[in-house]
Amino acid sequence: MLGWNCHKMPRVRTRNKLRGKLIVVEGIDGSGKSIQLHLLDKWLRHLGVLVFNTEWNSSAVVKEITSKGKRRALLTPTTFSLLHATDFADRYERNVLPLLHAGYFVLADRYVYTAYARDAVRGCHPQWVKRVYSFATKPDAVFYYHVPVEVGVRRILTGRPKLKYYEAGMDLNLSNDEYESYRIFQSRIIEQYKAMASKEGFIVMDGTLDVEQQQRMMRERVLGLLPSELAKVASKELSVT
Amino acid sequence: MSHPKTALAARPIEFYGYGISYLKGREIKGRLIVVEGPDGSGRSTQVDLITAKLESDGHAVVNTGLKRSEFIGKGILEAKQKLPLGKKTLALFYAADFADQLEHKIIPALEAGYIVLADRYIFTLIARSTVRGLPRKWSHDLFGFTIKPDLVFYLDVEPDELFHRVFQKYSGLDYYESGADLGLSDDLYNSFVKYQRMMVKEFRLMEEKYGLMPIDANRPIAQVNADLQRRIDRYLHEKA
Repeated sequence: MLGWNCHKMPRVRTRNKLRGKLIVVEGIDGSGKSIQLHLLDKWLRHLGVLVFNTEWNSSAVVKEITSKGKRRALLTPTTFSLLHATDFADRYERNVLPLLHAGYFVLADRYVYTAYARDAVRGCHPQWVKRVYSFATKPDAVFYYHVPVEVGVRRILTGRPKLKYYEAGMDLNLSNDEYESYRIFQSRIIEQYKAMASKEGFIVMDGTLDVEQQQRMMRERVLGLLPSELAKVASKELSVT
Repeated sequence: MSHPKTALAARPIEFYGYGISYLKGREIKGRLIVVEGPDGSGRSTQVDLITAKLESDGHAVVNTGLKRSEFIGKGILEAKQKLPLGKKTLALFYAADFADQLEHKIIPALEAGYIVLADRYIFTLIARSTVRGLPRKWSHDLFGFTIKPDLVFYLDVEPDELFHRVFQKYSGLDYYESGADLGLSDDLYNSFVKYQRMMVKEFRLMEEKYGLMPIDANRPIAQVNADLQRRIDRYLHEKA
């Protein structure tokens, strides 16, 4: 620990500015985004930064209800979309926003862009989805881990795991074979990510590079979000290792 | 009065906003009639009376309401008890519940030519969110996936009268329906009246935008019913 903490952060408080920072990773399953966020979390904690992690579809309150519906394969794309929005809003209202106000670094494994991509593929109106999520603050950095669909799919399907109905996109009637359906579904999500990448200001990362190299690049980008004194220290550390 | 038994004319499905892309172009033969109003306004009684009359006239009727979808409805009650939910979370939860009913119940019934009689629709949900501080525009856009009803009645009752009715019926006030979560007043009566006035104001604002028809529900049940039934019959005759 470097003995620095966010309480001593210079308090620049303009009305709309949150003291904390929001860092997001996006990408298809198997793109390696979660391990990158995990390593970033370790690094920030080592630097003494206050960190909070939040993951897509993980609100305890909403989870139970969503999974009941999922088990019975009853969800239409609109309901599915709104349940994920509910989950998002619960985490946002309960944790993300208060902690950003309090000066935390909030690390989000998937954010609104996952909804934009998946819901569009499922046939929801893209503008409607954007309006639903319009309350969400814009992240300070969005790292998009790009991998060719075959790479992501291979990483997930090695060992032929049992895919869940919605995970495989079976509700879209893409194919009767769940692995084939999964592959088509993932490739459509990649198309959506690609289409929004420049407009949403994604930092596009090559998810086929080795993990350490990617992490180094990520940390270099995050340096700019740290308070200047801490950034200096962290930067020195980065150049030594 | 007996109805002509001719089928209702089909029309394309019409949404409030962006709609549901994968349902565009569908035709519906039924009619969607909504009765809005606070608890104690006689809403459910009126829905029952209208249902009975329409059925005796030979129409197939389906009833819907808020918090009635098969799996989400119960979830809301459970979640509310466990942990207080934020207002956006709650608004989205209700919207999810509503979407479920819309697609699994309301739209299929309308496609099959039923008259769907809704005991409240999106307007109560919008008003509740607005008085709790969510932007009207956001709620409006959120419910852009819903279909436009043929008729929307709003049962309007003076808050003071409403208080007596609710108190007599339940010998107490509902926490949320009194706006107790808003911290309007330490006194529940004052809180209730203030809250109901805020809700009424929202319904007034929605009248023009959504074509809500206010019905004076301070009157006795039979009078209110005659008023509603006359309007419904006239509409169904014109559109048959």
